[in-house]
Amino acid sequence: MTDVTASASTGEELPRDAAGTASDGTTTGAEITLTNVTKRYPGSKTPAVDDVTMTIPAGKIVILVGPSGCGKTTTMRMINRLIEPTSGTIRIGGEDTQSLNPDRLRRKIGYAIQQAGLFPHFTVAQNIAVVPKLLGWDKKRIDDRVDELLDMVGLDVGTFRDRYPRQLSGGQQQRVGVARALAADPPVLLMDEPFGAVDPITRGNLQDELLRLQSELHKTIVFVTHDFDEAVKLGDKIAVLGEASKILQYDTPEAILATPADDTVAGFVGAGASLKQLTLLRVRDVELRQEAVTVDIDESPAAVREKLSRSHNPYALVLDRRRRPCRWVHARDLPRATSLATAGKPLRDVVSTQSTLQDALEAMLAEGGAVPVTGPQGQYAGTIHLETVIETIQTLREEHNGGDSTGADGGTQQEAR
Amino acid sequence: MAPFVNLWEYVVDRWDKLSLQVWLHTSEVVQATLLATVIGVGIGIAVYRSPAGSAVATALASAVLTIPSFALLGLLIPVLGLGVAPSMTVLVLYGLLPIVRNTIVGLSGVNPAVVDAARGIGMSRFSVLTKIELALAWPAILAGMRVATQMLMGIAVVVAYAKGPGLGSEVFSGLTRAGSANATNQALAGTLGVVVLALVLDGIYLLINRYTTPRGIRD
Ligand SMILES: Nc1ncnc2c1ncn2[C@@H]1O[C@H](COP(=O)(O)OP(=O)(O)O)[C@@H](O)[C@H]1O
Ligand SMILES: [Mg+2]
Repeated sequence: MTDVTASASTGEELPRDAAGTASDGTTTGAEITLTNVTKRYPGSKTPAVDDVTMTIPAGKIVILVGPSGCGKTTTMRMINRLIEPTSGTIRIGGEDTQSLNPDRLRRKIGYAIQQAGLFPHFTVAQNIAVVPKLLGWDKKRIDDRVDELLDMVGLDVGTFRDRYPRQLSGGQQQRVGVARALAADPPVLLMDEPFGAVDPITRGNLQDELLRLQSELHKTIVFVTHDFDEAVKLGDKIAVLGEASKILQYDTPEAILATPADDTVAGFVGAGASLKQLTLLRVRDVELRQEAVTVDIDESPAAVREKLSRSHNPYALVLDRRRRPCRWVHARDLPRATSLATAGKPLRDVVSTQSTLQDALEAMLAEGGAVPVTGPQGQYAGTIHLETVIETIQTLREEHNGGDSTGADGGTQQEAR
Repeated sequence: MAPFVNLWEYVVDRWDKLSLQVWLHTSEVVQATLLATVIGVGIGIAVYRSPAGSAVATALASAVLTIPSFALLGLLIPVLGLGVAPSMTVLVLYGLLPIVRNTIVGLSGVNPAVVDAARGIGMSRFSVLTKIELALAWPAILAGMRVATQMLMGIAVVVAYAKGPGLGSEVFSGLTRAGSANATNQALAGTLGVVVLALVLDGIYLLINRYTTPRGIRD
């Protein structure tokens, strides 16, 4: 099924040195701290952002989520000083942003916004090259970087390099927008509802890609959205904001889903919190069963019949020569079969240990029963069963009702294995 | 056909003088357009962020146009004397309106998200203005220049009354000598010359537009 990339919340990190450089030479995230930050727009009585203090950990995706007009954008734009705070201090990697020239500060902070904001009179390559040019890179280095970034965001270099923005779909424009934001390898990335204007399927793909990128890049990403599901999917931590950016709850998605801090947060989390938790759990976190009869594709149908009758099992799972599951075969298919390569029916859906339980549930509903699970190289790892998912939901619901879930990794770790 | 044969002979006969007038006329109009562009774009940049400022600038530039060119010239001659100065001033003032208006329209038509992204990735205010906003407003500004040039072609004839250069002097001397030999030819040559020049310059504008509009924003 879907190849969902590892969530960044698993805590695995590339080794990095003190300067925040990963072993492969890219710049990893820097910590951002906001201390008593307030913004009062001229002419308005109430502040748009009122006394916000928060720490955005290095190398994590932090989501600012909240209703429209609550001050998310204002909070985010104060980090790169597109908006100057009325009072308070913002530090990036320990450095006070007020001590830097704003233009220079911004060149070290990636910035991606809802309509992508690509320069219509520049080609894709020229759009991406803007910041490297400002930083005085030489042409060769810029060209190489543009190609590398296009590749990174999943756009074919030959096809897209010399196109103009209007020749791209909304999703492709967003990809270029992200590439442009990453161009000079900044430690920090600010994203203001970057996927808000694309269709749901494209949005899902872009979210998956962002997670994949982040699992390699380990940037500090501040991501604004009003979509709580998006927050749950992408966030290492979520800050649920209320009026004037008041922090109602700032925690991991698991903890917020399990124990919303108050009714406002609970209302924002919405119905089906335990179902949403299924998107946070991976197939590898739950128990797989090894009870299915597996047979090699080269075995003779007669031998398989023999095996099935011995195990009192009506079905066998056919594995190819690299032990990847490929077909289900029923005992009654076997008498007429000449080879396992054609007997029975091909698999419609396979999930990997990386898939979310939500994906697994969908696959099970489509298959009408247990679904084979594949490991990292696509080899057979076991089957996942509906009862397992139902048990998991029940456990989550008990935790939720009991309110006994702990902060950080509460719900998930308990379920693992 | 006789008058046109006469006109043709007249033009061939006086080609040296006429070609100089054509050149002077063109040069005056082009210079006035360029000067009006510098001033008009400057005004546009100064006011486009403020709706009130934009309205005032457009209203003032329109007000200039409502003053008859002759009257404006009459007001300027006592101050600036005869010759190039008053004619040029009138031309530049008349050329402002289309350019100021189109600059404002062009600059405020730039997608705010594009400007926000430009600032957000660290372009300076000046770079954003020159490389993004003015570049994107350029087709509109150029269209304003084109309208200005067309207008100034005709107005330049009138302001030649102040002893300014150009085809206007042909028209005026033809008209004042009405009845005498070649007077009609002289006036006609001047008038037709202006029409032909206007067409030629318009063609040049189309070419400039073609070659200076970036491919990404060309229709
Ligand atoms: N430039 C501005 N001038 C005055 N008020 C503003 C400005 N930008 C935003 N606001 C106000 O500040 C509040 C927060 O806006 P914003 O940060 O854009 O919210 P969000 O991104 O959460 O929708 C809103 O009430 C909005 O009307
Ligand atoms: Mg917003």
